[in-house]
Amino acid sequence: MSKGNKVENMDEFQFKEVGLDFSKKTSSGAFFQEDLTIKELVSFLDGIEIISIQEAIKRYDWVLEYLGKPFEANLGMKIKVNLDDLTGYFIRSLPNTRVDLPVQICFYLKNVRRQKTYNMVVVEEGSQLNIISGCLSHRNATGSHVGSTEYFIKRNAKLTFTMIHSWNQNVRAIPKSAALVEDNATFISNYIVINPASHIKANPMACLNSNARATFNSIIVGLKGSYIDLGVKVLLNGAGSCAEITSRAVSKGGNIIARGCIIGKAEKTRGHLDCKGLMLSNHGQIHAIPELEARNPHVELSHEAAIGKIADEEIFYLMTRGLSRDEATSIVVRGFMDVEIKGLPKVLRSAIKETLRLVEKSLF
Amino acid sequence: MDILRVVNLGVKVGRRKILENVNLYIKSGEVFALFGPNGSGKSTLLNAIVGNPIYEIYSGRIMFKKRDITNISTDKRIKLGMGIFLQNPPKVGGVKLIDVLRHCAKMGGYSREKIFEFAKKLKLENCLYREINNGFSGGELKRSELLQIMLMNPEFIMLDEPDSGVDLENLALIGEIISDFFERGKDSNHEKSGIIITHQGHILDFVNADYGAVIYDGRIVCIGDPSDILKQIRKNGYERCLTRCLREIK
Repeated sequence: MSKGNKVENMDEFQFKEVGLDFSKKTSSGAFFQEDLTIKELVSFLDGIEIISIQEAIKRYDWVLEYLGKPFEANLGMKIKVNLDDLTGYFIRSLPNTRVDLPVQICFYLKNVRRQKTYNMVVVEEGSQLNIISGCLSHRNATGSHVGSTEYFIKRNAKLTFTMIHSWNQNVRAIPKSAALVEDNATFISNYIVINPASHIKANPMACLNSNARATFNSIIVGLKGSYIDLGVKVLLNGAGSCAEITSRAVSKGGNIIARGCIIGKAEKTRGHLDCKGLMLSNHGQIHAIPELEARNPHVELSHEAAIGKIADEEIFYLMTRGLSRDEATSIVVRGFMDVEIKGLPKVLRSAIKETLRLVEKSLF
Repeated sequence: MDILRVVNLGVKVGRRKILENVNLYIKSGEVFALFGPNGSGKSTLLNAIVGNPIYEIYSGRIMFKKRDITNISTDKRIKLGMGIFLQNPPKVGGVKLIDVLRHCAKMGGYSREKIFEFAKKLKLENCLYREINNGFSGGELKRSELLQIMLMNPEFIMLDEPDSGVDLENLALIGEIISDFFERGKDSNHEKSGIIITHQGHILDFVNADYGAVIYDGRIVCIGDPSDILKQIRKNGYERCLTRCLREIK
């Protein structure tokens, strides 16, 4: 594990575009992959391990056994992970390590036609880990980013994973992820799309054991020419587990499919789905598909879904406070995207706020 | 100096004409009390003056500080020194009261500290970080509107039923602040002007209006001393008050 104070080879890129800042002051570690090459791996703290997935397979026997397990648990079928050409990160927080500063990750697509990655995050028992992952592309890139990430959140542990996408219009992104959330553990997943003039198909999944909690928040902006299909799925597998899926989709000419599925399998499980869409243009479309599935009579599942445009009376009201029509629209959109995410450390909250400011900038 | 001049104003919503041939002249420092039964067009008049696009002006014009504002947008009218206290302000999802107050304070040239000072005065500290108008009680809604107006500090303010649906305690608080705002209780030059719509006239126990006007069936039918008009309405109702007004005109 390297331990530098400065992450090299990164200055040429506009990381701030996706809210990333690799300084030791604001992060507990960093990972940077350009195309298929890992350019930097660094941990600033002893309790956090950041190595490549290949190195992890060599170092720990159990990593091979872990491969594919979360996908299997979520999909209910055997998954074979191809070990050839595996590139990506392995991040692990040691038992009872609690760190507010996030590990910052960046995948940068520049020259290759296909950037394929496999990543693993292991949050050991009683530890707390925050990760911000920014994915972006060079303005001339024309390839695709295919990423698979598996999360192991052990008993009483907590992971907050914030993924921010900013692709150019010629890039296709297919990120898949699966989480195994053990007893009393918490998983918070935030997904924000800033520059959405591209094709994105994302399928995050989580399988929850007893009394585990999962929160998925997504903020998607679709501009003209973009196609975004986000499908979050949570399996409430253990008694007393609960999940909340919140999505905010804003279309300014883009096509967005916002799916959400909660399956209540065990007793005393609870789930709520909140899916809202805002149309800012006469073009484009938002398709909200909330799904609830009860496989046990003792589950509480609910959903709310609404799509519409900004009400004229809201704009008029704000204009009576001296805001121009554009300023009023902007403040309403900002309010629409401002999903309250509980349990976030201050540093992460500010990073998300800054990202939302960038999202707003992309719209107006 | 005249601050507002409404000339032969006609307003409609869709095909329905609501106001017809309305004329109103308010000088700087004057406060007008506007009376009228439900649906007579009082709120429509204020909405037309502030430029609510739902209300279409089909005749006449509105002059504010000698400038024709009939066709300019609401925010531009506000920036000229106008403010409105809405009777039923809408909730705006995700937008917190504090977000709007920051803009209002900027408009009025006040510092951030002033937001908290005024909020304390209006007992709204607990509402600052809540979604604006969402789940606010009747009293909170009125105080929130007033707080925004105070921070914007306009020269001309239109208050649409500030005294409806509020308890006595809230009424006293709102009434005193509105009176201070118009500088009515002080021995000073009255520089701020405005229109106050009231049904019951309770607000006039706190604010001395210079004139009263009755709007009936989309027209201003009577202008006079506000306490006399209110007395007549209370005693005889709008219809008989109107008959009496017409008789006096004849």
